[in-house]
Amino acid sequence: MLRTIGKRLLLLIPTLIGLSILLFLWVRALPGGPAVALLGERATPEAIEEINRLYGFDRSPLEQYFIWAGRLLSGDFGQSIQTRAPVIEEFLRRFPATFELSVFAIVVAVGVGVPLGYLAARKHGKATDHITVAASLLGITIPVFFLAFILKWVFAVQLGWLPSEGRQDPRIDATHYTGFYVFDGIITGEWDAAWDAFLHLILPGLALASIPLAIIVRITRASVLEVQNSDYVRTGLAKGVSRGTIRQRFILRNALLPVVTTIGLQVGLLISGAVLTETVFAYPGIGSFLARAIFTRDYPVLQGFIIFIAIGYALINLLVDISYSFIDPRVRVS
Amino acid sequence: MLHTSRRRRLFAGAATIAIGALVLTACASQREDGGDSAEPSDVDSTFVFGASADLSSLDPAFANDGETFRVARQMFEGLVGTEPGTADPAPLLAESWDQSEDGLSYTFQLKEGVTFHDGTDFNAEAVCFNFDRQNNFTGVAQSESLSYYWGKLMRGYADTGTSIYGGCEANGDYEATITLTEPFAGFIPALSLPSFSIQSPTALEEYAADEVGGTSEAPTLSEYAQGHPTGTGPFKFDSWSPGESSTLSAYEDYWGEQGDVQEIIFQVIGDTTARRQALESGSIDGYDLAAPADLGALEEAGFTLVNRDPFNVLYLAMNQAQPSLADIKVRQAIAHAIDKEQLVTQVLPEGTEIASQFMPPSVIGWNDSVTEYEYDPEAATALLAEAGYTDANPLSITFNYPVNVSRPYMPNPEQIYTNLSSQLEAVGIQLTPVSNEWGEYLDLMQGSSDHGIHLLGWTGDYNDPDNFVGTFFGAPSNEWGFDNPELFSTLTTARGLATAEEQEAAYLDANAQIMEFLPGIPLAHPVPTLAFNERVTSYPASPVQDEVYNMVELSE
Repeated sequence: MLRTIGKRLLLLIPTLIGLSILLFLWVRALPGGPAVALLGERATPEAIEEINRLYGFDRSPLEQYFIWAGRLLSGDFGQSIQTRAPVIEEFLRRFPATFELSVFAIVVAVGVGVPLGYLAARKHGKATDHITVAASLLGITIPVFFLAFILKWVFAVQLGWLPSEGRQDPRIDATHYTGFYVFDGIITGEWDAAWDAFLHLILPGLALASIPLAIIVRITRASVLEVQNSDYVRTGLAKGVSRGTIRQRFILRNALLPVVTTIGLQVGLLISGAVLTETVFAYPGIGSFLARAIFTRDYPVLQGFIIFIAIGYALINLLVDISYSFIDPRVRVS
Repeated sequence: MLHTSRRRRLFAGAATIAIGALVLTACASQREDGGDSAEPSDVDSTFVFGASADLSSLDPAFANDGETFRVARQMFEGLVGTEPGTADPAPLLAESWDQSEDGLSYTFQLKEGVTFHDGTDFNAEAVCFNFDRQNNFTGVAQSESLSYYWGKLMRGYADTGTSIYGGCEANGDYEATITLTEPFAGFIPALSLPSFSIQSPTALEEYAADEVGGTSEAPTLSEYAQGHPTGTGPFKFDSWSPGESSTLSAYEDYWGEQGDVQEIIFQVIGDTTARRQALESGSIDGYDLAAPADLGALEEAGFTLVNRDPFNVLYLAMNQAQPSLADIKVRQAIAHAIDKEQLVTQVLPEGTEIASQFMPPSVIGWNDSVTEYEYDPEAATALLAEAGYTDANPLSITFNYPVNVSRPYMPNPEQIYTNLSSQLEAVGIQLTPVSNEWGEYLDLMQGSSDHGIHLLGWTGDYNDPDNFVGTFFGAPSNEWGFDNPELFSTLTTARGLATAEEQEAAYLDANAQIMEFLPGIPLAHPVPTLAFNERVTSYPASPVQDEVYNMVELSE
């Protein structure tokens, strides 16, 4: 087991090198540089030159890449051009926000998606099934930012039930230890702060959950259907094993494997949804910062953040693979 | 303290989510009981403003962007401020000043009894400390992305040998003399910029304000600029959550008057639509640069709209690096083809003025008798024919405009483009539209000569003609693509004149010359609009955004 994990981690190295090269090329292929974005309308050519010199953008791309990669190895991700703070600091500052939002979204997606998919499979061919399938199709096809916009317009702007932006009402004097606002509120006993932070998660969280939720419903449904009709279930039933036992021990457990894979993949995809959702809800996480970095051509941030996200994505996939072996002992052997 | 809409939301939220509804309402009411005791005032004294971007630094000497200036103006004051509602200089920390006969020395009489937020006294020594500090910036601190205005206006630093700052002398506790080595008529108005705020010398030293990062490749903010700004303004710094919000609170020992606002929160909301929705949902009290398309709906819904006097210019530039545009007849034809009146009434916000030259009327040297090119499509066609362009051989040029951006002088570039292009096509000009994202657009206009006609503009920083026409036409540039040594020298001379009177005459002449030469077409001075919750009954709108919130009046 440990060897498998070790091998996977080693494999991460060439992957990251490849990614870093592609990333570097992509970022520099974006038209317009950070200097104009930073200096605005009346930037003099000298000023643009100065900024480029300051950040080393006047060197050849190859030279720039090796300088960047060399620093990367010593843990230096450079400075954000916009905020002038170290990239790693910016990432760590915003990570809790996106993590909190993603956890909320994935809990909703799994918590609602798995039972719903299971229910649809159980009621195969009936109205419940049709409605669930249609709704999940809708969930996949509606663009995230559009759904985010609609949710916000209805529940925040028109009805005023939920907050329209941010992570916390700035009027609340909340203490933050970990940066996970809901958690911070709970450990400090500031219940109103925790509740307010939770309310701020609902709309962006639902928007972010929409696609994973829809996909999980469909995969669960398909997977349960397949297992339900498999030979061993039929055999079990024929041998008089109770329906309850069959459902729990045979169907759910075996149907879960593809679902777990899907969940793992969805977690990785959450970040792309977060770029849009966080922008619509002015939610100060990694996504909205990344969106701004694209507009301002903040090269160091784009490069650094995407590398962090890639590492996260790879680790999550590794976790998914490990969890397989607990669900299905056969995977462990291979 | 608890804002009504938030209260509503807490309850409504509790009702929405079925689980634990009882517990939650209990939480909300608990807060209500505990929160209100501290503030006896009958208005909610917390003012939340939706900022379009985060601060770049808490040290105004190292800032040059509007959002940072907005916050800095609450905490800091300079020697000179502005006359309310105008861009004209007015006394602030200096009660009065005299200029020496040679025009090089300025003696300021300072306000007495003013203290910094750290309790230290404001005096002549503090003034000199601040000016000397900026002149002595070295290395990274001199970079244009940091001390932009000092570098620009004083033309250098002590160690570059180009600075026109001669020195500062304290002639007693409350009198300071600042000497320049060359005349600079714009000096006094320039002092109204937040970059020249007077900061507490004690705090600047204690928190190592000049230490802006070790290497030139990685400039970082000083400890001071990250969390210890100390000025004399009506509000003092509380906290800054980068990317989220910054909070200020009333400074109890402020020398002037404190108003209804006791706490200010600047909440960062990058997206324009998101800012509008934040106002509609009650989570902010106001925001700047409301989109023209939103104004009608906002007004109908009962929000308060406040117009700023425009201190900007929107223009259509004509790049003379393109041979066709180098022909003055073609430029004149384009000018006659444009109906500015139609543009202003159809796509620009109400109150927008038509521009006759490249600066707003309130700036020194605005000329009321420059050559104007009235709307005359027939004249346009005739001029084009003279230049050799007919129906059979039409003039064909690219028209560049930016997308997904809103500037005070150009709230809706796409609509402006559509309007102008139909006017130009009506006289037979063939246009090739090219649109770009903002950063890319600026890069293309300023960094290359591969463009034809394009939209751009500028908002002034302070009342100074050089800040408009000087920056546009003072030297050869890719944007305009012409070489006109006569015009360049007129503008360079005008900039160095000692008194406002001399400057006025020089700029009247410069503006006449520019409109004769016609490098581009000044279109309009669009009105920037701020939108507020109806509880905001008065807001001190200023053309140069010199808006200090102790003047904000609230009704509930």
